[in-house]
Amino acid sequence: MNEKSIKKALISAAKPFYRTLPIIVGVVLLVSLANTLIPKEAFVTLFSRNIIVDPIVAAALGSILAGNPITSYILGGEFLGLGISLVAVTAFLVAWVTVGIVQLPAEIMMLGKKFAITRNVLSFVFSIIVAIITVLILGVV
Amino acid sequence: MGKTGWYFLGIVVLGYIATSLFKSDALMPALQFFWKVILKILPIFVLVFAIMFVINYFVTPKWLVRHLGKDGGIKTWLIAVITGIISTGPIYMWYPMLAELKEKGVRQGFIATFLYNRAVKPALIPLMIFYFGLMFMIVLTIVMVVFSIIQGKVLEKIVEV
Repeated sequence: MNEKSIKKALISAAKPFYRTLPIIVGVVLLVSLANTLIPKEAFVTLFSRNIIVDPIVAAALGSILAGNPITSYILGGEFLGLGISLVAVTAFLVAWVTVGIVQLPAEIMMLGKKFAITRNVLSFVFSIIVAIITVLILGVV
Repeated sequence: MGKTGWYFLGIVVLGYIATSLFKSDALMPALQFFWKVILKILPIFVLVFAIMFVINYFVTPKWLVRHLGKDGGIKTWLIAVITGIISTGPIYMWYPMLAELKEKGVRQGFIATFLYNRAVKPALIPLMIFYFGLMFMIVLTIVMVVFSIIQGKVLEKIVEV
């Protein structure tokens, strides 16, 4: 390891962080506000117990919300207890971790508009497909 | 990116000011939540920085393009899946590194597959089993890994048009 290469690598690693710092702080602030303003009970009223509509609503909800997946497991567990279908809960869990509406501005700025929008739209559609396939396999097994 | 990030932060701060005017009781819990998250992600920041340092030191753009670029083949997808699974922290923590990889010519499908696999978290497996059962965890994980590669390939077809 030579000193010049180390210094160069350190600067290269630090630059993107400096550029992203306001975005990261902004996203965390936004997530914190959304988590505080939207109560858990409000989510349950969104479901109609319709087998087709519920997974779409659940995926949309999972897409809007952000944060640690642990929160989605806890919410998903509560949803199951309230009689919401496993397909809907699975779509919610998958969308939570794969779609990021709140982070979308940051993703667009860092990875490009076309990439970010395509990835999020695909992730939303796939969250429903993954949920249906998972529950179908579980039903067969 | 220039000042866009600072404008974004400014808009969010304005949102907080509006909240303090119309729903002042939500302000402190939101800020406490924010602080808790920041404290939680700080160590991940260090980890991400270390990975970026190692990448910048050992991995040259030529190496990246050769191993993860257009000629990467099946290895590309396996690397995307594995690194996605072992990566930690919020998704936006990885944007700087991914943006850099993209600039260095890494395939966009690889990046999409990496991001999708971040949903598969080995550390959270016990919790998932606790809530949804062992079979659910196994089946969902396998289906998601398969779909992460499908997503990478579909995304590439769309963005490259």
